[in-house]
Amino acid sequence: MSNQNGHGEKGTENVKRGLAQMLKGGVIMDVVTPEQAKIAEDAGACAVMALERVPADIRAQGGVARMSDPEMIQSIMEAVTIPVMAKVRIGHFVEAQILQALGVDYIDESEVLTPADEEHHINKHQFNVPFVCGCRNLGEALRRIQEGAAMMRTKGEAGTGDIVEAVRHARAVNGEIRRIQNMDEDELFTYAKEIRAPYALVKETAELGRLPVVNFAAGGVATPADAALMMQLGMDGVFVGSGIFKSGDPAKRAKAIVEAVTHYNDPDILLKVSRNLGEAMVGINVTPDQVILGKRGW
Amino acid sequence: MKIGVLALQGAFIEHEKMLRSLGVETVQVRLPVHLDGLDGLIIPGGESTTIGKLATDYGLMQPLRDFATYKPTWGTCAGMIFLAKDLGQHHQPILGLMDVTVNRNAFGRQIDSFEADLDIAVLGETPYHAVFIRAPVITQAAPQVEVLAKFSDDQIVAAREGHLLATAFHPELTNDTRFHTYFLGMIKSSES
Repeated sequence: MSNQNGHGEKGTENVKRGLAQMLKGGVIMDVVTPEQAKIAEDAGACAVMALERVPADIRAQGGVARMSDPEMIQSIMEAVTIPVMAKVRIGHFVEAQILQALGVDYIDESEVLTPADEEHHINKHQFNVPFVCGCRNLGEALRRIQEGAAMMRTKGEAGTGDIVEAVRHARAVNGEIRRIQNMDEDELFTYAKEIRAPYALVKETAELGRLPVVNFAAGGVATPADAALMMQLGMDGVFVGSGIFKSGDPAKRAKAIVEAVTHYNDPDILLKVSRNLGEAMVGINVTPDQVILGKRGW
Repeated sequence: MKIGVLALQGAFIEHEKMLRSLGVETVQVRLPVHLDGLDGLIIPGGESTTIGKLATDYGLMQPLRDFATYKPTWGTCAGMIFLAKDLGQHHQPILGLMDVTVNRNAFGRQIDSFEADLDIAVLGETPYHAVFIRAPVITQAAPQVEVLAKFSDDQIVAAREGHLLATAFHPELTNDTRFHTYFLGMIKSSES
Protein backbone atom coordinates (compact mmCIF):
# COMPACT_ATOMS: atom_id res chain seq x y z
CA MET A 1 0.00 0.00 0.00
CA SER A 2 1.26 3.46 -0.81
CA ASN A 3 -0.76 5.42 1.72
CA GLN A 4 1.85 5.52 4.44
CA ASN A 5 1.33 7.84 7.38
CA GLY A 6 -1.10 10.09 5.57
CA HIS A 7 -4.06 8.56 3.87
CA GLY A 8 -6.68 6.53 5.72
CA GLU A 9 -9.25 4.23 4.16
CA LYS A 10 -12.76 4.72 5.58
CA GLY A 11 -15.86 2.52 5.61
CA THR A 12 -13.94 -0.78 5.37
CA GLU A 13 -15.25 -4.08 6.78
CA ASN A 14 -12.52 -3.90 9.46
CA VAL A 15 -13.62 -0.48 10.58
CA LYS A 16 -17.35 -1.30 10.52
CA ARG A 17 -16.97 -4.56 12.43
CA GLY A 18 -14.35 -2.93 14.64
CA LEU A 19 -16.75 -0.52 16.31
CA ALA A 20 -18.98 -3.45 17.33
CA GLN A 21 -15.88 -5.04 18.90
CA MET A 22 -15.51 -1.93 21.06
CA LEU A 23 -19.14 -2.18 22.21
CA LYS A 24 -18.71 -5.75 23.50
CA GLY A 25 -19.40 -6.45 27.13
CA GLY A 26 -21.58 -3.36 27.15
CA VAL A 27 -25.21 -2.27 27.19
CA ILE A 28 -26.89 -0.30 24.39
CA MET A 29 -30.00 1.51 25.59
CA ASP A 30 -33.07 2.81 23.75
CA VAL A 31 -33.62 6.53 24.44
CA VAL A 32 -36.24 8.95 23.14
CA THR A 33 -34.88 12.29 24.44
CA PRO A 34 -31.46 13.92 25.07
CA GLU A 35 -32.24 13.75 28.82
CA GLN A 36 -32.72 9.99 28.65
CA ALA A 37 -29.50 9.74 26.60
CA LYS A 38 -27.61 11.54 29.40
CA ILE A 39 -29.11 9.20 32.01
CA ALA A 40 -28.01 6.22 29.90
CA GLU A 41 -24.49 7.59 29.45
CA ASP A 42 -24.18 8.39 33.16
CA ALA A 43 -25.30 4.85 33.99
CA GLY A 44 -22.45 3.47 31.85
CA ALA A 45 -24.20 2.61 28.56
CA CYS A 46 -21.62 1.93 25.81
CA ALA A 47 -23.99 3.38 23.16
CA VAL A 48 -27.57 4.58 22.81
CA MET A 49 -30.28 3.85 20.25
CA ALA A 50 -32.10 7.09 19.42
CA LEU A 51 -35.77 6.63 18.51
CA GLU A 52 -39.11 8.41 18.82
CA ARG A 53 -41.00 5.63 20.53
CA VAL A 54 -39.64 2.65 22.46
CA PRO A 55 -40.92 -0.71 21.16
CA ALA A 56 -43.47 -1.07 24.00
CA ASP A 57 -45.14 2.16 22.82
CA ILE A 58 -44.94 1.18 19.15
CA ARG A 59 -46.66 -2.06 20.13
CA ALA A 60 -49.33 -0.26 22.18
CA GLN A 61 -50.03 2.58 19.74
CA GLY A 62 -49.85 0.62 16.47
CA GLY A 63 -49.73 2.44 13.12
CA VAL A 64 -46.74 2.59 10.78
CA ALA A 65 -43.44 2.91 12.65
CA ARG A 66 -40.77 4.77 10.62
CA MET A 67 -37.26 6.22 10.99
CA SER A 68 -37.21 8.93 13.68
CA ASP A 69 -37.00 12.66 12.94
CA PRO A 70 -33.30 13.42 12.18
CA GLU A 71 -33.61 16.60 14.26
CA MET A 72 -34.45 14.50 17.32
CA ILE A 73 -31.62 12.04 16.58
CA GLN A 74 -29.18 14.93 16.20
CA SER A 75 -30.18 16.42 19.55
CA ILE A 76 -29.23 13.08 21.12
CA MET A 77 -25.93 12.95 19.19
CA GLU A 78 -25.12 16.36 20.65
CA ALA A 79 -26.04 15.35 24.20
CA VAL A 80 -23.61 12.42 24.63
CA THR A 81 -20.06 11.40 23.68
CA ILE A 82 -20.84 7.67 23.32
CA PRO A 83 -21.86 6.23 19.91
CA VAL A 84 -25.43 6.89 18.77
CA MET A 85 -27.39 4.34 16.74
CA ALA A 86 -30.73 4.80 14.99
CA LYS A 87 -33.26 2.51 13.31
CA VAL A 88 -34.46 2.24 9.73
CA ARG A 89 -37.22 0.07 8.31
CA ILE A 90 -36.21 -3.26 6.75
CA GLY A 91 -35.35 -2.60 3.10
CA HIS A 92 -35.72 1.20 3.35
CA PHE A 93 -32.34 2.18 1.92
CA VAL A 94 -33.27 5.84 1.60
CA GLU A 95 -33.91 6.14 5.33
CA ALA A 96 -30.41 4.64 5.69
CA GLN A 97 -28.94 7.19 3.26
CA ILE A 98 -30.46 9.96 5.37
CA LEU A 99 -29.05 8.57 8.61
CA GLN A 100 -25.62 8.15 7.00
CA ALA A 101 -25.76 11.79 5.87
CA LEU A 102 -26.66 12.75 9.45
CA GLY A 103 -23.58 10.86 10.69
CA VAL A 104 -25.06 8.34 13.12
CA ASP A 105 -22.52 5.77 14.29
CA TYR A 106 -24.55 2.61 13.58
CA ILE A 107 -27.81 1.86 11.74
CA ASP A 108 -30.20 -0.82 13.00
CA GLU A 109 -32.19 -2.28 10.09
CA SER A 110 -34.94 -3.23 12.47
CA GLU A 111 -38.02 -5.43 12.52
CA VAL A 112 -39.32 -3.17 15.32
CA LEU A 113 -40.25 -0.63 12.64
CA THR A 114 -42.79 -1.47 9.93
CA PRO A 115 -41.00 -3.21 7.04
CA ALA A 116 -40.69 -1.20 3.81
CA ASP A 117 -39.82 -4.22 1.64
CA GLU A 118 -41.09 -7.74 2.16
CA GLU A 119 -38.46 -9.43 -0.01
CA HIS A 120 -35.24 -7.44 0.12
CA HIS A 121 -33.08 -6.17 2.91
CA ILE A 122 -30.82 -3.15 2.41
CA ASN A 123 -27.59 -3.79 0.49
CA LYS A 124 -25.44 -2.71 3.38
CA HIS A 125 -22.18 -2.92 1.42
CA GLN A 126 -23.24 0.32 -0.27
CA PHE A 127 -22.77 2.27 2.96
CA ASN A 128 -19.79 3.55 4.96
CA VAL A 129 -21.83 3.54 8.15
CA PRO A 130 -22.05 0.07 9.75
CA PHE A 131 -25.33 -1.84 10.20
CA VAL A 132 -26.68 -4.12 12.91
CA CYS A 133 -29.50 -6.56 12.05
CA GLY A 134 -31.66 -9.02 13.98
CA CYS A 135 -31.65 -12.80 13.60
CA ARG A 136 -33.53 -15.81 14.94
CA ASN A 137 -31.18 -18.51 13.68
CA LEU A 138 -27.84 -19.06 11.96
CA GLY A 139 -29.18 -18.93 8.40
CA GLU A 140 -30.79 -15.55 8.97
CA ALA A 141 -27.64 -14.19 10.66
CA LEU A 142 -25.39 -15.29 7.78
CA ARG A 143 -27.78 -13.88 5.13
CA ARG A 144 -27.60 -10.50 6.87
CA ILE A 145 -23.80 -10.70 7.13
CA GLN A 146 -23.64 -11.57 3.42
CA GLU A 147 -25.64 -8.37 2.74
CA GLY A 148 -23.04 -6.41 4.72
CA ALA A 149 -24.26 -6.36 8.32
CA ALA A 150 -21.26 -5.64 10.59
CA MET A 151 -22.98 -6.70 13.81
CA MET A 152 -25.86 -9.01 14.70
CA ARG A 153 -28.35 -9.21 17.53
CA THR A 154 -31.04 -11.68 18.46
CA LYS A 155 -34.48 -10.43 17.48
CA GLY A 156 -36.07 -11.57 20.69
CA GLU A 157 -39.48 -9.98 20.94
CA ALA A 158 -39.09 -6.24 21.42
CA GLY A 159 -41.38 -4.27 23.71
CA THR A 160 -42.57 -7.27 25.73
CA GLY A 161 -40.16 -7.44 28.66
CA ASP A 162 -40.31 -11.21 28.05
CA ILE A 163 -36.86 -12.80 27.60
CA VAL A 164 -38.16 -16.09 26.17
CA GLU A 165 -37.71 -15.26 22.48
CA ALA A 166 -34.21 -13.79 22.93
CA VAL A 167 -33.20 -17.00 24.72
CA ARG A 168 -34.71 -19.07 21.91
CA HIS A 169 -32.79 -17.12 19.25
CA ALA A 170 -29.48 -17.14 21.14
CA ARG A 171 -29.73 -20.88 21.75
CA ALA A 172 -30.68 -21.49 18.13
CA VAL A 173 -27.67 -19.62 16.71
CA ASN A 174 -25.15 -21.06 19.17
CA GLY A 175 -26.58 -24.58 18.92
CA GLU A 176 -26.32 -24.51 15.14
CA ILE A 177 -22.74 -23.25 15.35
CA ARG A 178 -21.84 -26.13 17.66
CA ARG A 179 -23.41 -28.56 15.19
CA ILE A 180 -21.59 -27.27 12.08
CA GLN A 181 -18.27 -27.51 13.91
CA ASN A 182 -18.67 -31.30 13.75
CA MET A 183 -19.66 -31.46 10.07
CA ASP A 184 -17.38 -32.53 7.23
CA GLU A 185 -17.23 -30.52 4.02
CA ASP A 186 -19.92 -32.59 2.24
CA GLU A 187 -22.33 -32.00 5.11
CA LEU A 188 -21.50 -28.28 5.24
CA PHE A 189 -22.42 -27.85 1.54
CA THR A 190 -25.82 -29.42 2.17
CA TYR A 191 -26.37 -27.60 5.45
CA ALA A 192 -25.61 -24.23 3.84
CA LYS A 193 -28.32 -24.98 1.26
CA GLU A 194 -30.78 -26.05 3.95
CA ILE A 195 -30.39 -22.89 6.00
CA ARG A 196 -30.23 -20.70 2.85
CA ALA A 197 -26.84 -19.26 3.81
CA PRO A 198 -23.69 -18.72 1.70
CA TYR A 199 -21.32 -21.69 1.96
CA ALA A 200 -18.24 -19.50 2.52
CA LEU A 201 -19.80 -17.88 5.59
CA VAL A 202 -21.02 -21.23 6.95
CA LYS A 203 -17.48 -22.59 6.61
CA GLU A 204 -15.93 -19.48 8.20
CA THR A 205 -18.37 -19.69 11.12
CA ALA A 206 -17.61 -23.39 11.63
CA GLU A 207 -13.88 -22.63 11.71
CA LEU A 208 -14.24 -19.68 14.09
CA GLY A 209 -16.73 -21.46 16.34
CA ARG A 210 -18.72 -18.24 16.45
CA LEU A 211 -20.34 -15.71 14.13
CA PRO A 212 -17.76 -13.70 12.15
CA VAL A 213 -19.25 -10.50 13.64
CA VAL A 214 -20.18 -9.39 17.15
CA ASN A 215 -23.56 -10.74 18.31
CA PHE A 216 -25.64 -8.97 20.98
CA ALA A 217 -28.81 -10.02 22.78
CA ALA A 218 -31.93 -7.95 22.19
CA GLY A 219 -35.68 -8.08 22.52
CA GLY A 220 -37.13 -8.60 25.98
CA VAL A 221 -34.30 -7.79 28.41
CA ALA A 222 -35.88 -6.18 31.52
CA THR A 223 -33.72 -7.11 34.52
CA PRO A 224 -30.03 -7.48 35.45
CA ALA A 225 -30.67 -11.23 35.65
CA ASP A 226 -32.02 -11.25 32.07
CA ALA A 227 -28.90 -9.43 30.88
CA ALA A 228 -26.52 -11.80 32.70
CA LEU A 229 -28.49 -14.79 31.39
CA MET A 230 -27.90 -13.66 27.82
CA MET A 231 -24.18 -13.11 28.54
CA GLN A 232 -23.87 -16.58 30.06
CA LEU A 233 -25.57 -17.95 26.94
CA GLY A 234 -22.61 -16.56 24.99
CA MET A 235 -23.86 -13.20 23.72
CA ASP A 236 -21.28 -10.42 23.33
CA GLY A 237 -23.39 -7.68 24.94
CA VAL A 238 -26.96 -6.54 25.44
CA PHE A 239 -29.49 -4.12 23.95
CA VAL A 240 -32.16 -2.91 26.35
CA GLY A 241 -35.14 -1.29 24.68
CA SER A 242 -38.25 -0.55 26.69
CA GLY A 243 -36.88 -2.28 29.79
CA ILE A 244 -35.15 0.77 31.24
CA PHE A 245 -37.28 3.82 30.59
CA LYS A 246 -40.55 1.91 31.07
CA SER A 247 -39.46 0.93 34.59
CA GLY A 248 -39.94 2.69 37.92
CA ASP A 249 -36.36 3.95 38.41
CA PRO A 250 -34.60 4.11 35.02
CA ALA A 251 -31.23 5.49 36.26
CA LYS A 252 -30.85 2.81 38.90
CA ARG A 253 -32.02 -0.03 36.66
CA ALA A 254 -29.76 1.13 33.82
CA LYS A 255 -26.71 1.12 36.09
CA ALA A 256 -27.64 -2.27 37.53
CA ILE A 257 -27.93 -3.81 34.05
CA VAL A 258 -24.53 -2.34 33.02
CA GLU A 259 -22.93 -3.88 36.11
CA ALA A 260 -24.71 -7.19 35.53
CA VAL A 261 -23.26 -7.42 32.01
CA THR A 262 -19.68 -6.79 33.23
CA HIS A 263 -19.98 -9.15 36.20
CA TYR A 264 -22.29 -11.66 34.49
CA ASN A 265 -20.45 -14.63 35.99
CA ASP A 266 -20.42 -13.37 39.59
CA PRO A 267 -23.68 -14.33 41.42
CA ASP A 268 -22.75 -12.27 44.51
CA ILE A 269 -22.55 -9.09 42.45
CA LEU A 270 -25.69 -10.04 40.52
CA LEU A 271 -27.50 -10.45 43.84
CA LYS A 272 -26.32 -7.02 44.98
CA VAL A 273 -27.33 -5.19 41.81
CA SER A 274 -30.73 -6.93 41.60
CA ARG A 275 -31.95 -5.48 44.93
CA ASN A 276 -34.38 -2.57 45.26
CA LEU A 277 -34.63 -1.58 41.63
CA GLY A 278 -38.23 -0.44 41.88
CA GLU A 279 -40.87 -1.61 39.50
CA ALA A 280 -39.81 -3.48 36.36
CA MET A 281 -41.56 -2.74 33.09
CA VAL A 282 -45.00 -4.31 33.19
CA GLY A 283 -44.31 -6.83 30.47
CA ILE A 284 -46.52 -8.42 27.87
CA ASN A 285 -46.42 -12.19 27.41
CA VAL A 286 -45.56 -13.33 23.95
CA THR A 287 -48.90 -14.95 23.12
CA PRO A 288 -50.70 -15.72 19.85
CA ASP A 289 -52.76 -12.49 19.93
CA GLN A 290 -49.63 -10.31 19.95
CA VAL A 291 -48.03 -9.01 16.76
CA ILE A 292 -44.84 -11.05 16.47
CA LEU A 293 -42.19 -8.56 15.34
CA GLY A 294 -39.56 -11.29 15.17
CA LYS A 295 -41.21 -12.81 12.08
CA ARG A 296 -40.37 -9.69 10.08
CA GLY A 297 -37.19 -10.17 8.02
CA TRP A 298 -36.48 -12.62 5.24
CA MET B 1 4.68 -14.32 32.34
CA LYS B 2 1.12 -13.36 33.30
CA ILE B 3 -0.63 -10.32 31.82
CA GLY B 4 -3.95 -8.90 32.92
CA VAL B 5 -6.48 -7.41 30.52
CA LEU B 6 -8.96 -4.97 32.05
CA ALA B 7 -12.29 -6.70 31.28
CA LEU B 8 -14.91 -4.19 32.40
CA GLN B 9 -16.13 -3.54 28.85
CA GLY B 10 -14.72 -3.54 25.32
CA ALA B 11 -12.45 -5.67 23.15
CA PHE B 12 -10.58 -7.51 25.90
CA ILE B 13 -10.97 -11.02 24.42
CA GLU B 14 -9.06 -9.98 21.27
CA HIS B 15 -6.07 -8.89 23.38
CA GLU B 16 -6.19 -12.17 25.26
CA LYS B 17 -6.21 -14.17 22.03
CA MET B 18 -3.22 -12.23 20.74
CA LEU B 19 -1.28 -12.71 24.00
CA ARG B 20 -2.10 -16.43 24.18
CA SER B 21 -0.90 -16.86 20.59
CA LEU B 22 2.42 -15.50 21.89
CA GLY B 23 2.46 -18.06 24.71
CA VAL B 24 1.47 -15.66 27.49
CA GLU B 25 -0.96 -16.48 30.29
CA THR B 26 -3.80 -13.95 30.60
CA VAL B 27 -6.17 -12.87 33.37
CA GLN B 28 -9.42 -10.91 33.03
CA VAL B 29 -9.35 -8.02 35.51
CA ARG B 30 -12.77 -6.95 36.83
CA LEU B 31 -12.01 -6.49 40.55
CA PRO B 32 -8.91 -5.25 42.46
CA VAL B 33 -8.00 -8.79 43.58
CA HIS B 34 -7.48 -9.81 39.95
CA LEU B 35 -4.38 -7.56 39.75
CA ASP B 36 -2.43 -9.78 42.17
CA GLY B 37 0.65 -11.39 40.67
CA LEU B 38 0.42 -9.77 37.23
CA ASP B 39 3.56 -8.77 35.30
CA GLY B 40 1.76 -6.26 33.10
CA LEU B 41 -1.67 -4.91 32.20
CA ILE B 42 -3.52 -3.99 29.03
CA ILE B 43 -6.38 -1.50 29.12
CA PRO B 44 -8.37 -2.32 25.97
CA GLY B 45 -10.52 -0.38 23.57
CA GLY B 46 -14.14 0.15 24.49
CA GLU B 47 -16.12 3.12 25.71
CA SER B 48 -13.86 5.08 28.05
CA THR B 49 -16.83 6.58 29.96
CA THR B 50 -18.26 3.10 30.62
CA ILE B 51 -14.89 1.68 31.69
CA GLY B 52 -14.26 4.69 33.96
CA LYS B 53 -17.60 4.37 35.74
CA LEU B 54 -17.28 0.64 36.32
CA ALA B 55 -13.69 1.07 37.55
CA THR B 56 -14.84 3.78 39.97
CA ASP B 57 -17.86 1.86 41.31
CA TYR B 58 -15.91 -1.34 41.90
CA GLY B 59 -12.97 0.31 43.69
CA LEU B 60 -10.49 -0.23 40.88
CA MET B 61 -9.23 3.31 40.27
CA GLN B 62 -6.60 3.45 43.03
CA PRO B 63 -5.46 -0.19 42.65
CA LEU B 64 -5.06 0.37 38.89
CA ARG B 65 -3.14 3.58 39.54
CA ASP B 66 -0.89 1.84 42.07
CA PHE B 67 -0.27 -1.02 39.64
CA ALA B 68 0.45 1.15 36.60
CA THR B 69 2.74 3.45 38.59
CA TYR B 70 5.32 0.64 38.69
CA LYS B 71 4.29 -2.12 36.28
CA PRO B 72 4.23 -2.04 32.47
CA THR B 73 0.77 -0.95 31.31
CA TRP B 74 -0.52 -0.48 27.78
CA GLY B 75 -3.68 1.38 26.81
CA THR B 76 -5.26 1.00 23.37
CA CYS B 77 -7.79 3.66 22.25
CA ALA B 78 -10.07 3.97 25.32
CA GLY B 79 -7.09 2.66 27.30
CA MET B 80 -4.94 5.51 26.01
CA ILE B 81 -7.61 7.97 27.18
CA PHE B 82 -7.62 6.20 30.55
CA LEU B 83 -3.83 6.53 30.99
CA ALA B 84 -3.63 10.23 30.06
CA LYS B 85 -3.15 13.11 32.50
CA ASP B 86 -5.32 15.57 30.58
CA LEU B 87 -8.41 15.22 28.33
CA GLY B 88 -8.98 18.88 27.56
CA GLN B 89 -12.66 19.76 28.08
CA HIS B 90 -13.84 16.21 28.86
CA HIS B 91 -14.30 15.33 32.52
CA GLN B 92 -14.44 11.63 33.31
CA PRO B 93 -12.55 9.23 35.59
CA ILE B 94 -9.00 8.61 34.32
CA LEU B 95 -5.80 7.21 35.84
CA GLY B 96 -3.82 10.35 34.94
CA LEU B 97 -0.41 8.68 34.77
CA MET B 98 1.00 9.46 31.34
CA ASP B 99 2.17 13.01 30.73
CA VAL B 100 0.11 13.58 27.59
CA THR B 101 -3.02 15.49 26.56
CA VAL B 102 -5.50 13.33 24.67
CA ASN B 103 -8.34 14.51 22.47
CA ARG B 104 -11.24 12.00 22.44
CA ASN B 105 -12.91 11.14 19.10
CA ALA B 106 -10.31 13.36 17.44
CA PHE B 107 -11.08 12.21 13.91
CA GLY B 108 -14.87 12.52 14.25
CA ARG B 109 -17.67 9.99 14.47
CA GLN B 110 -17.71 6.35 13.26
CA ILE B 111 -18.17 7.43 9.64
CA ASP B 112 -14.64 8.91 9.86
CA SER B 113 -13.07 5.77 11.35
CA PHE B 114 -10.32 4.42 9.09
CA GLU B 115 -7.40 2.08 8.59
CA ALA B 116 -3.95 3.14 7.41
CA ASP B 117 -0.36 1.96 7.15
CA LEU B 118 2.03 3.62 9.58
CA ASP B 119 5.82 3.76 9.75
CA ILE B 120 6.76 2.71 13.26
CA ALA B 121 10.54 2.59 13.68
CA VAL B 122 10.53 0.45 16.84
CA LEU B 123 8.62 -2.28 14.97
CA GLY B 124 11.01 -2.45 12.01
CA GLU B 125 10.80 -1.40 8.39
CA THR B 126 7.56 -3.11 7.34
CA PRO B 127 4.68 -0.62 7.66
CA TYR B 128 2.24 -1.35 10.46
CA HIS B 129 -1.42 -1.62 9.43
CA ALA B 130 -3.42 0.30 12.03
CA VAL B 131 -7.20 0.31 12.60
CA PHE B 132 -8.62 3.54 14.05
CA ILE B 133 -12.16 3.37 15.52
CA ARG B 134 -13.56 6.72 16.71
CA ALA B 135 -9.96 7.14 17.75
CA PRO B 136 -8.32 9.66 20.08
CA VAL B 137 -5.00 11.42 19.38
CA ILE B 138 -2.28 12.80 21.61
CA THR B 139 -2.27 16.56 21.10
CA GLN B 140 0.53 17.34 23.54
CA ALA B 141 3.31 15.20 24.99
CA ALA B 142 5.86 16.07 27.69
CA PRO B 143 9.55 15.96 26.63
CA GLN B 144 10.17 12.61 28.38
CA VAL B 145 7.43 10.96 26.27
CA GLU B 146 8.79 9.03 23.29
CA VAL B 147 6.61 9.42 20.19
CA LEU B 148 6.41 6.03 18.43
CA ALA B 149 4.03 6.81 15.56
CA LYS B 150 2.33 9.70 13.84
CA PHE B 151 -0.51 9.89 11.36
CA SER B 152 -0.46 12.64 8.71
CA ASP B 153 2.94 13.77 10.02
CA ASP B 154 1.49 15.76 12.92
CA GLN B 155 -0.94 13.58 14.88
CA ILE B 156 0.64 11.45 17.60
CA VAL B 157 -1.05 8.02 17.62
CA ALA B 158 1.45 5.91 19.59
CA ALA B 159 3.74 6.89 22.45
CA ARG B 160 5.75 5.50 25.34
CA GLU B 161 6.72 7.01 28.67
CA GLY B 162 9.00 4.58 30.49
CA HIS B 163 6.89 1.53 31.35
CA LEU B 164 3.67 3.07 29.98
CA LEU B 165 2.57 2.51 26.39
CA ALA B 166 -0.37 4.10 24.54
CA THR B 167 -1.80 3.52 21.06
CA ALA B 168 -4.78 5.31 19.52
CA PHE B 169 -5.39 2.34 17.21
CA HIS B 170 -6.21 -1.34 17.75
CA PRO B 171 -3.37 -3.87 17.30
CA GLU B 172 -5.74 -6.53 18.69
CA LEU B 173 -7.99 -6.21 15.62
CA THR B 174 -5.23 -7.25 13.21
CA ASN B 175 -3.11 -10.40 12.77
CA ASP B 176 0.13 -8.47 13.25
CA THR B 177 1.65 -9.43 16.62
CA ARG B 178 4.51 -6.92 16.54
CA PHE B 179 2.97 -4.41 18.96
CA HIS B 180 2.10 -7.10 21.49
CA THR B 181 5.63 -8.50 21.13
CA TYR B 182 7.00 -5.00 21.71
CA PHE B 183 4.95 -4.74 24.93
CA LEU B 184 6.24 -8.14 26.10
CA GLY B 185 9.74 -6.77 25.52
CA MET B 186 8.94 -3.83 27.80
CA ILE B 187 7.86 -6.25 30.53
CA LYS B 188 10.96 -8.41 30.14
CA SER B 189 13.30 -5.42 30.32
CA SER B 190 11.46 -4.02 33.36
CA GLU B 191 11.96 -7.33 35.18
CA SER B 192 15.63 -7.80 34.36
